[in-house]
Amino acid sequence: MTDKINPVVEESVQADTRPRATKSRSSSGFFKAVSAVVWKDVQAEVRSRELFSAMLVFSLLVILIFNFALELDIKTRQSVTAGVLWATFAFAGTLGLNRSMSIEKDRGCMDGLLLAPVDRSAIYFGKVISNLAFMLIVELIVLPVYSVLYNVNLFIPGLLLVILLGSIGYVSVGTLLAAMSVQTRTRDILLPILLFPVIVPVLLAAVKASSGFLTGAELADILPPINLLIFYDIVFTAVAFMVFDSVVEE
Amino acid sequence: MDPKPLALKILDIVSIVVLAIATYLALVFAPMELVMGNVQRVFYFHIGTAWTALIGFILGAVFSVIYLIKKDLKWDRLEIAAIEVSMVFFFITIVLGSIWARPVWNTWWTWDPRLTTAAVTELIYAAYFMLRQGIDDPERRARFGAVYALIGGLSAPITFFAIRFFRTIHPVVIAGGNGNAQGSFNMTGNMLVAFFFGLFAFTVIFIDLFWHRVRLGELQSKVEEMKLQATI
Repeated sequence: MTDKINPVVEESVQADTRPRATKSRSSSGFFKAVSAVVWKDVQAEVRSRELFSAMLVFSLLVILIFNFALELDIKTRQSVTAGVLWATFAFAGTLGLNRSMSIEKDRGCMDGLLLAPVDRSAIYFGKVISNLAFMLIVELIVLPVYSVLYNVNLFIPGLLLVILLGSIGYVSVGTLLAAMSVQTRTRDILLPILLFPVIVPVLLAAVKASSGFLTGAELADILPPINLLIFYDIVFTAVAFMVFDSVVEE
Repeated sequence: MDPKPLALKILDIVSIVVLAIATYLALVFAPMELVMGNVQRVFYFHIGTAWTALIGFILGAVFSVIYLIKKDLKWDRLEIAAIEVSMVFFFITIVLGSIWARPVWNTWWTWDPRLTTAAVTELIYAAYFMLRQGIDDPERRARFGAVYALIGGLSAPITFFAIRFFRTIHPVVIAGGNGNAQGSFNMTGNMLVAFFFGLFAFTVIFIDLFWHRVRLGELQSKVEEMKLQATI
């Protein structure tokens, strides 16, 4: 089955984005389809750098605004760093999610992707992985910048784990909702409105766990929010995987 | 449109009667609470509306799953009816809670797990209606609505547990105590009567409004069909 599908996947992906968008020729059909979607997103991004630069500059601007809005002196920094970071990631994340889905819709690429005879969930996971990758890269740049600007050490392994888990939950729900919001009349405005209320548990748990690591709290206090993050990630990735079909079907 | 069924007409009248009785029980029949005084009486309606709204939100999520499996617009009408009525009931719960909290907690609002979850839940379903408004095709609107109702219905209870990492002052009157709770009390005989009758009354009123809303949904889809035919 896989051998027959592969050329078609490649063709449709190539036709819809840029030439020579796929590379891998082995492995099973599903993973190949996932990696094809990821690869085409990465390729398109490497060439245009639209999404990444917008997210990064926006994140830095948000941090700058927080600096004046909250007067981030040494005392307040201790308590609000986790909150500032997560608010920044959440705002920048919606930019990326919106963009990644609206380019598919605007240029008719979504129809091309859907025509490919692969499991639709492969498209979902491909999109989740590429969105997650962009978000993590932005976060990895924001962290050292924040560390330097405010003289806080953010490179704590536990904190990085929390950021990874939080981003997975954020992106898994966000990708699904972005696929819906681009198909509505209000489009880009709708995504944050749909996303933020359902993402509240992730933000709460992530802020709690992050500030726990930043203030050196005991592990017993940090574990419950981390468990909740893992729980949320699993449940919502599974649900999004199951309902993605109904979101993209025409 | 079929004429209003007799059962619904009877239910309309029953709803008005039980609401009147529940009001009497809450305002006159139940004894005055010693510490909080008369403001405690909002409790009977606060729990009544909260209980039915929560059942309604759960029903909405269940209907959304059934719709996603069966793809029959009938389930979509049931889903939106349950969610819409519940949203109004839940809003009443929040307003009544605030009225009670002002003298008892000395504040209209506090970021307690229950209050925060209530606010987030209302926002989820406000977003649900905004999503539906932005889509013209009824079949796609139903699909997206069902997906979002399911995601929202799963997220709201998790929000509740997430906020539990922070402290709570909301009293738990039914089953159990909370050491930090402020404004808790024990119910005596007549209070229990008013309480259970309040639950019963709001369940009846909910079913009545739900039924009306389902019929309205049928009418809406008929109008949409006719508009579509007129344009063709």
